[in-house]
Amino acid sequence: MTHDKPRQNIHEYLAEFEDIPGTRVFTAARARKGYWINQFAMSLMKSENRERFKADERAYLDEWNISEQAKQAILARDYNTLLDLGGNVYFLSKLFSTDGLPFAEAVSTMTDMTWPEYRQMMLDGGRSPEGNRSIKGGY
Amino acid sequence: MARITAGVGSSHVPLLGVAVDQGKWQDDYFGPIFKGYEWTREWERREKPDVVILVYNDHASAFDANIIPTFAIGCGERYKPADEGWGPRPVPDVEGHADLAWHIAQSLILEDFDMTIINEMDVDHGLTVPLSMMFGQPEKWPCKVVPLAVNVVTYPVPSGNRCWALGEAIARAVESFPEDLNVQIWGTGGMSHQLQGPRAGLLNREWDNRFLDMLEADNDEVRHIPHIEYLRETGSEGIEMVMWLIMRGALGKKVKRLNRHYHIPCSNTAIGHIVLEPAD
Repeated sequence: MTHDKPRQNIHEYLAEFEDIPGTRVFTAARARKGYWINQFAMSLMKSENRERFKADERAYLDEWNISEQAKQAILARDYNTLLDLGGNVYFLSKLFSTDGLPFAEAVSTMTDMTWPEYRQMMLDGGRSPEGNRSIKGGY
Repeated sequence: MARITAGVGSSHVPLLGVAVDQGKWQDDYFGPIFKGYEWTREWERREKPDVVILVYNDHASAFDANIIPTFAIGCGERYKPADEGWGPRPVPDVEGHADLAWHIAQSLILEDFDMTIINEMDVDHGLTVPLSMMFGQPEKWPCKVVPLAVNVVTYPVPSGNRCWALGEAIARAVESFPEDLNVQIWGTGGMSHQLQGPRAGLLNREWDNRFLDMLEADNDEVRHIPHIEYLRETGSEGIEMVMWLIMRGALGKKVKRLNRHYHIPCSNTAIGHIVLEPAD
């Protein structure tokens, strides 16, 4: 085994994550903050829970230890706000499938594009990394 | 004696599973992707591995937000395809190789890799899509599978360096298993993709191909790519590529490339796969 790599400083390691444009890296801090949002979403894996949620979304949400802000974001399917509140896309995707929405279409709602525009961007080779790597560096 | 005869790196995009299950693999959208896997499917038919050690990540299917194992090995007898919100994929159950899996788990722990051991779980698209890409639609999967699940979702995820070293330790564990077995190791996930936030849809053809070049090289530089580089260059979900390093680490210093394919896009993702053979 090689040990030539210097130990990574955890504070520097985490600080760099905040320098990526339009991205919420799923850090431990976000995982803590969004724990019940993600567990709520996970509960939608069971069809009986999906049915109960669809019948009365608000009542179902009120069973969970989730902030009013997060409940409003879930009701509005405001995925960028949910990411800010510690939601993770693999958990939130249970809500995509509950809504019967294809994954890519749901993802497109987090961008400034419509679904047809987003789909065309992907067919044209995707979003370029140019200018999208670093906020501070602008590269 | 068991031996690792080859390694495969491959994307595991769920939409590829949908294409197989709904018979769309020859249409204009999916045709070029499946054509890229044709050689590999034919090669697998000839190679007939007894066991595949299949490195993948669970996508909030078997594990929820509660328990987050960094490295977990499936030591069970069989695994069912998970219901990911659309009903389980119509694919065969996955048969484990409990003897080999327990042998690897014990060997790894003695080598200071503190593995989580799983006896029962369902396996999601991360594991079943690569099986479909390599084996098509058989009645029964043609080999046994040792699932190895890696946390690549909650940070910090394991470093590339640690993944490579785990691969080396897996190779030693396989070599000390007394039964004569043809074992392959697959690293899955990637390549560049971002599924969240305003930057969603990022793809990086140039970086992905450099990564494939580095996997083919006779050195281990690829293990030292830091997480921040994957995040900046390949999107927030491109980090799955660290799982390919477990495969590469298990093949030894020199490898021979047998096949390589790259295609953009599949859904939100760049699709790549590579087939390597140890050449030491």
